[in-house]
Amino acid sequence: MSDNIDANLPAQPEHSGDGTVKPGYLPVAPIEHKPRVTDTDPKAARRAERQVASMFALSMILVVVFVIAYVTIDVTAVVYVPVLGEIGASNLVLGLTFGGAIFFIGAGAIQWAKKLMPDVEVVQERHSMESSTSEETEAAGNYERGKEESGFARYKIIRRSLLGAMALFPIPLIVMLRDLWQSEPGQNPAEILSSTSWNDGMRIVPDIGHDTGENVQGIRPEEIPVGGLVSALPMSIKDLKKDAVANMRDRGKSAIILVRMDPEEIRSQQGEGWDYQGILAYSKICTHVGCPIALYEHRTHHLLCPCHQSTFDLADSGDVIFGPSARRMPQLPIRLDEEGFLVAQSDFQEPIGPSFWERG
Amino acid sequence: MGSQTQVEEGKRLFLEGCSSCHGIDAQGSANGPSLIGVGAASVHFQVATGRMPMAAPGAQAPSKEVIYTDEQIAAMSAWVASLAPGPAIPSAEQLDFADADIAEGGVLFRINCAQCHQAAGGGGALTQGKYAPSLMDATPQEIYEAMLTGPQNMPVFSDETLPVEEKQQILAYIDSLQEASSPGGMSLGRLGPVVEGLFMWTVVFAALIAAAVWIGIKAR
Repeated sequence: MSDNIDANLPAQPEHSGDGTVKPGYLPVAPIEHKPRVTDTDPKAARRAERQVASMFALSMILVVVFVIAYVTIDVTAVVYVPVLGEIGASNLVLGLTFGGAIFFIGAGAIQWAKKLMPDVEVVQERHSMESSTSEETEAAGNYERGKEESGFARYKIIRRSLLGAMALFPIPLIVMLRDLWQSEPGQNPAEILSSTSWNDGMRIVPDIGHDTGENVQGIRPEEIPVGGLVSALPMSIKDLKKDAVANMRDRGKSAIILVRMDPEEIRSQQGEGWDYQGILAYSKICTHVGCPIALYEHRTHHLLCPCHQSTFDLADSGDVIFGPSARRMPQLPIRLDEEGFLVAQSDFQEPIGPSFWERG
Repeated sequence: MGSQTQVEEGKRLFLEGCSSCHGIDAQGSANGPSLIGVGAASVHFQVATGRMPMAAPGAQAPSKEVIYTDEQIAAMSAWVASLAPGPAIPSAEQLDFADADIAEGGVLFRINCAQCHQAAGGGGALTQGKYAPSLMDATPQEIYEAMLTGPQNMPVFSDETLPVEEKQQILAYIDSLQEASSPGGMSLGRLGPVVEGLFMWTVVFAALIAAAVWIGIKAR
């Protein structure tokens, strides 16, 4: 057996030139060579040959089927396949035939290599990673000469001012981060986050998408049944329709939901008389990371945020009863105006949405 | 409004199948809410989708096989409607969404419905075992009745805050979702790229690893 191993090894690699072989270039243990069935049994070899050839032939057949399917199958035809469900017949057949065609070329090639191509253990030669001494000396010499010729060591003031310039250069990149929260010049970011468009007498209008405000006068309390839910906005959104940025910013802060429950079911709210006959207005913006939420369960009065499962109890001051949110959902005090529409009593009494640094 | 015999038949069916939870006079009990004033639409939705009668107490009544005939459901609806005014079964006119704007319906759906039922109507989880069901098999009448009556924990979307025209737009949008084909098959609940990515990372990567192993194994 040991003769066999030697016969299967390539010539001894010689690198250092002085005749000695560097360690690591030989297998640490002799590799035992096991001949394959196709090496010893000619019948098996012929079987493997047929196998590989039929894979290539199958690939050709699949290409022909692809072309036929492309021409004949109606692209709108639908077939039912278990697991996949309803699927376009054309897509299915084209995908399977084209994918199969390339798969069987690859599979045939691998099978050919594994079963029929020469089976020898080969030790792969590698070059030394280390540079030669002369190259190392030359590189060090280049560096020293560059240092000398540029005068980097000699011109102290140039060196220091260059280092200073490079140290200062990244500062604008940090300063520009301020743009992330500074939107109006001269305005404190904390103020922007703490106020919304709601104020005393601001009419509440239903959010019906981009048309909001066009024909809508407001919401009358009798329009909301017990158990009802309305996504709503301040009437002032009407004036912002043309200004896309302001419109979006205002929607992001002022969006509310109106829910109505039996007044007896309200256990507590954030202020005395903030509801109107069981109609409560809460911010739509989750106090965790600001997802808009309206997953309201009208029997449990739970408001669930789909992002991280924060759950608020709207019958109990909007308190957090589950999830990562650290703050209750801010309530908007509402009343009725002279014309019988629902309006806000004031702005929110606490900042809406996620916590921020200055909020404390 | 149903005829007198229909109302009486409805009362008989109610006493037989529903009163054990909803009370002899539909006044409600510890096991079920009062049905006074819920209207015919509510009865039709709950019974015609198989949600009522409930098979077992649970977080939510699931949709299942319907056990009453259309006539029986109409009779029960008529009886409950005779107790007190409530939302009526929507008329064919109200349910006609042929001319409704699908795009507007999409906007309204995303504002009012998508938070629970998912943007493509696939449904989703709520708190403590409750869930918003998939809308893929719901009929326009069932959807309309659900908006009108707020079954289980779904809020009510009255005809005043969400007018008939807007409801029809939503019906048209849901209809377009139901009709939308999935040419690639295996829509994975239409839940989008997260689910599709998970599928790729698990199933397809496993297949690639299996192929790599096969390539690497020495032939016998």
